Amino acid sequence: MLQERIALTGNEAMALAMKQINPDVVAAYPITPQTEIVQLFSSYVANGMVKTEFITVESEHSAMSAVVGAAASGVRAMTATSSQGLAYMFEVLYIAASNQLPIVMPVVNRALSGPINIHGDHSDTMGARDAGWIQLYSENTQEAYDNLIQAIRIAEHSDVQLPVMVCMDGFIISHALENLEILADEDVQQFIGEFIPHRPTLLNLDSPVTVGPLALYDYYMEIKRAQAEAMMRAKPVIRQVGQEYKALTGRCYDLLEPYKLDDADIAIVVLSSTAGTTRVVVDELRQEGVKAGVLKPRVFRPFPYEEIREVLAPVKAIAILDRADSYAGFGGPLFKEIRAALYDAPARPPVVNYIYGLGGRDANLNDIRAVYRDLDKIAATGWTDQLVRYLGVREEAIVHA
Amino acid sequence: MPNLKELMQHESFFSPGHRMCAGCVAPLVVRQVALAVGDTPVVVANATGCLEVASTIFPYTAWRCSFIHNAFANAAATLSGVETAYRALKKQGKINKEIKFIAFGGDGGTYDIGLQSLSGAMERGHNMLYICYDNGAYMNTGIQRSSATPLFADTTTSPAGQVSSGKSQWRKDLTAIMAAHNIPYAAQVAPSHFMDLMTKVQKALSVDGPSFINAMAHCPRGWRYDTREGVELTRLSVETCYWPLYEVDHGKWKLSYKPKEKKPIETWIRKQGRFRHLFTDKGQTEIKWLQQRVDEEWSKLLERCKEVG
Repeated sequence: MLQERIALTGNEAMALAMKQINPDVVAAYPITPQTEIVQLFSSYVANGMVKTEFITVESEHSAMSAVVGAAASGVRAMTATSSQGLAYMFEVLYIAASNQLPIVMPVVNRALSGPINIHGDHSDTMGARDAGWIQLYSENTQEAYDNLIQAIRIAEHSDVQLPVMVCMDGFIISHALENLEILADEDVQQFIGEFIPHRPTLLNLDSPVTVGPLALYDYYMEIKRAQAEAMMRAKPVIRQVGQEYKALTGRCYDLLEPYKLDDADIAIVVLSSTAGTTRVVVDELRQEGVKAGVLKPRVFRPFPYEEIREVLAPVKAIAILDRADSYAGFGGPLFKEIRAALYDAPARPPVVNYIYGLGGRDANLNDIRAVYRDLDKIAATGWTDQLVRYLGVREEAIVHA
Repeated sequence: MPNLKELMQHESFFSPGHRMCAGCVAPLVVRQVALAVGDTPVVVANATGCLEVASTIFPYTAWRCSFIHNAFANAAATLSGVETAYRALKKQGKINKEIKFIAFGGDGGTYDIGLQSLSGAMERGHNMLYICYDNGAYMNTGIQRSSATPLFADTTTSPAGQVSSGKSQWRKDLTAIMAAHNIPYAAQVAPSHFMDLMTKVQKALSVDGPSFINAMAHCPRGWRYDTREGVELTRLSVETCYWPLYEVDHGKWKLSYKPKEKKPIETWIRKQGRFRHLFTDKGQTEIKWLQQRVDEEWSKLLERCKEVG
């Protein structure tokens, strides 16, 4: 496999992957920090580098609506968004999933208003975690590129037929230049294959179809159950696609990415770009003889609770880092689900939560070191009275905007 | 256009057996559109509303053609995706048949919540016909006022009361707003004038680009009248010049019908329960205002159409 090594920003890598996927229809609307993806893709269209029909919609609500219409017509359809744009799509996200349309969408993670903020956190995609979309989180430019290509295969798999959002941290990754290996156009095309509609489509005049009917208490539950089944079937498909992608590129993708977890006493669980920072601290701590590890979930939907339980059960104290709060008075979304997954572990390890990096606040090495120090204490006593903490916040300077 | 008898030979893309109310005109509008379309293949999109919920109750459907309902605000955006997919496949040589794209929405889904989506689709120039069936309120949720509701109409969110005479604003002139998008074709129709309606549908479908048709559509529940009188009421909305029939064909405004004798607005509103509160001593002032505004709007339209008043 001939791969080219080049330097791209996260947005450029996503746009390049979209170009190589060469979808039939793209409908998109600009929003910081996703804008570059739309701009670059527009230039591909303008220069005849893709076959795509591009719809310059007047809002994200219409972007997702148009993509639903296109996907229901039996074509490969994509969009991309961030933050408020994703929130604006909210109702249509559920409809896309319910109709089991294999739409793929890069989401450049950005904090939700208010206060308005353009920088990276996960409040946008975490807000959409129950919309019925598969969610893949990317640590760096390479993963963003690779995830987007694999997402096509996952979404369109006959066992799945669900929409996928491929998440990447706003600015930290979207605007950072990194080296990555890219595939040749024809290899991407060969990997994703021809788009084959698995459901009746609007444009097949021989068999007209009614998409999006009214289903009340007599059918709604069965339709939703079918959707839930598809999400459960996605797990082996994601793994299988990861295996095939590894055979093609040599890069390994699974549901989870554990690092030095086998013998770890203490561990941090964290999504996306902060996983890299955390691994640096783990290497330091290992030098000092501290048995520290990291777990980076790549897939948040479907939630790999069995796999998470398996790798985390032997750890003595665990910190879940959430780049989003759920304002429940009980920590962030990743915390709650992972803590629940560990309920069935033979020896339930203490699991604490750190809300960090909101609105793009940096999570630096010192922040991560502090978490491991806390974990060390918790592991020693097996107990803590403070389940949820805020990392890197000036507690003495809490303000009302 | 073939005559009505010939048109009736075609199988309509909208079948009987839907569950719209007795006396509702929305299915009448759809059937007249279907007659005008004839054998041309169509894909229909429908905004959430009475027509959608009563015609697609799973596992049944009243639509013989392909149909998509997405949400309330986005029929136009959804259909723009379908139409674009069609163009993509056509360009790739994967489809060669001519297909027409028609969206239906009520006034709530068109004048109000769906206006942005509609405006965007019209501005982008998709090859689609958007038809609004305007019954002048959110009838599906139980008769709440919309921006299409007539002045002084009693609705559940603009109720007539001790200090209120019903809705206090004139309706939004959506057809003119659509014409201002400089789309090739925009028109106003009423199912009481069915040949006019069908001719305009055919015109709308023959242009290159987007078109918009606004259809007056009475609702027995919201307007509160004897169901037998529905089409007659629609006719009166035209005869009183509350709902003039006209078209804007490539920017040229043209009146389609000029009543020989313009009837007083009272003849239309007297038959509707939603205006009952006006028929008191106090209400006479409101009726006068209503008449005055109808006259003003009619004069404006005549001027636009270069007709002598």
